[in-house]
Amino acid sequence: MTVFLSQIMNGIQNGVIYASLGLAIVLIFRTTGILNFAQGEMALFSTYVTWELTRLGLPVWLAIIVSMILAFIGGALIERIVIRPFEQSSPLVLVIVTIGLFLAFNALAQLFFGVEAKALPRAYPDRNWLIGGVSLRSDTLVLIAVLAVECLLLWALLQRTKVGLALRAVASNADSARLLGVSAATMLMLGWGLAAALGCLAGALVVPTTSGLTAGSMQGILVFAFAGVALGGFDSPIGAVVGGLIIGIADALTRQYVPALAGIEIIVPFGLILVVLLLRPQGLFGHVKVERV
Amino acid sequence: MSLLEVRSLRAGYGPVEVLRGIDFHVDEGEVVVILGANGSGKTTTLRALSGMVETSGEVVFDGRSIAGARPEQVAQAGVAHVPQGRGTVTDLTVEENLRLGAYTRRDKEVGTDLERWYEMFPRLAERRQQQAGGMSGGEQQMLAIARAMMARPRLVLLDEPSLGLAPLITQGLFRTLGDMNRDLGTSMLVVEQNATLALAIATRGYVLETGEIVVEGTATELAGNDDVRKAYLGI
Ligand SMILES: Nc1ncnc2c1ncn2[C@@H]1O[C@H](COP(=O)(O)OP(=O)(O)O)[C@@H](O)[C@H]1O
Ligand SMILES: [Mg+2]
Repeated sequence: MTVFLSQIMNGIQNGVIYASLGLAIVLIFRTTGILNFAQGEMALFSTYVTWELTRLGLPVWLAIIVSMILAFIGGALIERIVIRPFEQSSPLVLVIVTIGLFLAFNALAQLFFGVEAKALPRAYPDRNWLIGGVSLRSDTLVLIAVLAVECLLLWALLQRTKVGLALRAVASNADSARLLGVSAATMLMLGWGLAAALGCLAGALVVPTTSGLTAGSMQGILVFAFAGVALGGFDSPIGAVVGGLIIGIADALTRQYVPALAGIEIIVPFGLILVVLLLRPQGLFGHVKVERV
Repeated sequence: MSLLEVRSLRAGYGPVEVLRGIDFHVDEGEVVVILGANGSGKTTTLRALSGMVETSGEVVFDGRSIAGARPEQVAQAGVAHVPQGRGTVTDLTVEENLRLGAYTRRDKEVGTDLERWYEMFPRLAERRQQQAGGMSGGEQQMLAIARAMMARPRLVLLDEPSLGLAPLITQGLFRTLGDMNRDLGTSMLVVEQNATLALAIATRGYVLETGEIVVEGTATELAGNDDVRKAYLGI
């Protein structure tokens, strides 16, 4: 029982990490209709910026806030400079552009920050409580709390504000939104900026819980984050969270209980996705497009 | 001075010129109709006014030039555009579509207006929380018109509101447009193929043929014009 609960805890710990990045992926998809494969590497690069700021003497929490602001500006500029010229292109072209961004940011990170692992300190004390033999880490608690606040703010922004309405409208029908007075250009930049800032926060909170920051830090996470989003539904923030958690827990339990799959545990979460998508192509929480003409 | 004054307006798509220099105007409180067959350039005319296609020429709205302005700037200036095909934001609910219509407003009376348009179009009230894309064509046309009015515009551009709708629904729609013009004084520019209904609510009109205006006059004059009667009234 203890082993089982410990593995669930591990799964949750990883799951919230996938969910944090998944949330950024959902945000860009919801607001611009693009699947951003570079989300992980953008987070990687901005986490290096966080690290650089701590090296300059900023306290970690301040470094995180400053790098989130820089990431927001960077994300908005990427939309304006890199994505905008492909506005009229097919979704396939945009996928290739974001994969190009993925490679570019990874290469830039190695170029500017070298290949050896960087240690990024935690913004909070590292604690570990034993509750009935199951260990509960402060890492897990902080990640869950931050994720919960992010979800709440994101929901409030998208569902309860005028800007959120405009963001969703542009994603759904940019021409109509513009005829109603919404500046689509501003909204697209805003969506990318917000997602980049969320990705930065995810990276800066995740890296201290790992063995250090390297150019490969985000790649495994990105794959699982995408898996979680596919499971939960590409347009649903709640889906990103639930999907990320399911993937994290399924992965942890497989590692513990199915030794036959050692080394290829990844097929369990992906098998799960296959089944869900066969039964519910829009994902667990995704929406179907309703259209009648 | 007219509310909307258009002089030598040209527009097209790439090398193809569709509008070959047209002049027209809409005075405050008028309903002006532009009649034209399929492909004559009606949609292009409205898209040119809203800054959605490459144009040259003069477009003066309320004393200010809006030639070359972006669609969102034209909307902010007080021009609402009900596009061909209705432009429903399908992923939003009916109510969210209506609230989006008020995007350019800064006042606190959006809720009051919302109730007023629900009263005018009870079908929309029944479906306020439904995804807008799931409604019938007629309901989506009502939504598009109510959404345009939520902006409290000075001028509404309507692109073939009758397209794809049953005759009875179209009649109701035009009656509503006429009421709105009379009660609120909102000026309208309607482009249509359905001359009977459009001329019934219009003050004046123009006939557009392959990108040029060939006839203009009061609604009564147009309804009596032999060419118009042959081409658009089927008489
Ligand atoms: N996006 C476009 N690209 C190229 N040509 C177009 C485009 N839209 C319309 N046209 C052409 O412009 C002409 C006028 O079209 P349009 O303004 O839609 O006419 P109407 O609304 O009166 O039916 C037509 O010949 C049409 O083929
Ligand atoms: Mg047309």
